[in-house]
Amino acid sequence: MAEAAKEKKLPIDDKVHTWPHLVRLEFLVALFVMVALTLWSITIDAPLEEPANPTRTPNPSKAPWYFLGLQEMLVYFDPWHAGVVLPSLIIVGLMVIPFIDINPKGNGYYCFKERKYEILTFIFGFHILWVVMIIIGTFFRGPGWNLFWPWQRWDPHKVVALTNVDLPYLLGFRDYWISAVFSLIVIGAYFVITIAGFYWWVLRVKGQEFMERWGMVRFTITAVLVALMLSLPAKMFLRLVFNVKYILVTPWINI
Amino acid sequence: MDKNLFDKIKNDIVENQVWKAIFRHGYEDTPRNRVLMVTANVFLHLHPAKVRRHGVRMRFTWCMGGLTFFMYLVTVVTGIYLMFYYRPVAEYAYADMKYLEFDMPFGMLMRNMHRWSAHAMIVFVWLHMFRVFLTGSYKPPREFNWIVGVLLLVLTLLLSFTGYLLPWDQLSIWAVTVGSNMARATPLLGNEGPFADFVGANPIYDARAFLFGGGEIGPHTLLRFYILHCIFIPMVASILMAVHFWRIRRDGFSGPSL
Ligand code: HEM
Repeated sequence: MAEAAKEKKLPIDDKVHTWPHLVRLEFLVALFVMVALTLWSITIDAPLEEPANPTRTPNPSKAPWYFLGLQEMLVYFDPWHAGVVLPSLIIVGLMVIPFIDINPKGNGYYCFKERKYEILTFIFGFHILWVVMIIIGTFFRGPGWNLFWPWQRWDPHKVVALTNVDLPYLLGFRDYWISAVFSLIVIGAYFVITIAGFYWWVLRVKGQEFMERWGMVRFTITAVLVALMLSLPAKMFLRLVFNVKYILVTPWINI
Repeated sequence: MDKNLFDKIKNDIVENQVWKAIFRHGYEDTPRNRVLMVTANVFLHLHPAKVRRHGVRMRFTWCMGGLTFFMYLVTVVTGIYLMFYYRPVAEYAYADMKYLEFDMPFGMLMRNMHRWSAHAMIVFVWLHMFRVFLTGSYKPPREFNWIVGVLLLVLTLLLSFTGYLLPWDQLSIWAVTVGSNMARATPLLGNEGPFADFVGANPIYDARAFLFGGGEIGPHTLLRFYILHCIFIPMVASILMAVHFWRIRRDGFSGPSL
């Protein structure tokens, strides 16, 4: 930190004057971006369609592109989960990052080796899960939210067989109560296994000493968030490979 | 060019009564003056007077935080221009857009710039977050500024989302309908959400109705989103940005220890 550097009279003072070094750069970059933005705005017009008509629903209706990741999650989870719980967890999950990451290394410089897993997790969550879902939602979804290639004509009458079934049904359970109990066990087992697996993995990779320093609270928060994050690809896998619609079906919530 | 010729021209411009009347005296390039340029200027004072060399490099910051802020300023300026001609009333909103596009001097250009800089702001803020993550700049003592940053990220998205409705065309109302339908599914608080019955949420009295100002999207929603878009969210975002910048100065800019 600045004050610390000053007090200790460090051998090299690598400070430069803000004016002109930083201000000059800011000015040039702002100028360049302003020119690019102006050219872009002259050549490409913002869309304006026909007047709003609440009685005519376009097919597909897409949310603004930056929310298409959420809309794409609706394919795999019900709205209360994909639209409310998961987004809230994303926000909370981002906010707790500084508190669950106790690795003192890699503060203020680029490095990969010293914080491999942190970076890989972030890239997985952000680039794979968030950005890729947006790309799918933007370019690969057409009428009826069906999959289309970007070059394919959008056929509003495309017929897609609805072959999805619920997991307990797929496995032969027909009775409601037995199915519900089975489903709860599956979901419970998912969390127990991922969290236990995560525990074992942390011990193996980071060691006992790290785990003690990390503490149970940090570990639990991280493990639950990791399990929830992995639940998206897990559900996607079940859907795409086994046509599973829901894992748990109750009159109140479906998962 | 001949160095002497250049100096002579400069001298001719600077050394005369008119120039002196305006600028009094020249800018002498001394360390003291360099510091004063920053500390004596209310806007440049956002910066510290000196910064560490690595923090200036584009390689380190990608300039993304600064550009996010710059895009925000562009949307504020172009947005004020649009506000002069736009009325947030269902009967007029769409016609005003057309009017703006075809009749107002630079109307189309201002609208385009407003739209594209808003989109650019979203991309930049994502990249900024990615950069801050990669350099580990959220680590102590900057944890709190990361939290402020996450709030700013959410506000940036909400700013764009509320603005999306204002043209009042097919694209905007349906995109906002799809986006807001999630609120209807909020557990307990949304009429289609789990356990809504226990709370008594219904289509005209739930989380989405609160957002829309009524059971479905309509003129009341337009006014609501307009106020959120033009007053409420910018106000909160500006305050948080002030905190964000203040904390960067307080905590010092992140960097490898010397
Ligand atoms: C409206 C949105 C935002 C604006 C205008 C903004 C602006 C800035 C600026 C100008 C800087 C100076 C350094 C740089 O340019 O990289 C900065 C640094 C920082 N930003 Fe942001 N930011 C925003 C959102 C965010 C978000 C979403 C996060 C993280 C989730 C974040 C976390 C930080 C942190 C931790 C620093 C300190 C970096 C360091 O010391 O290296 N900011 N921000």
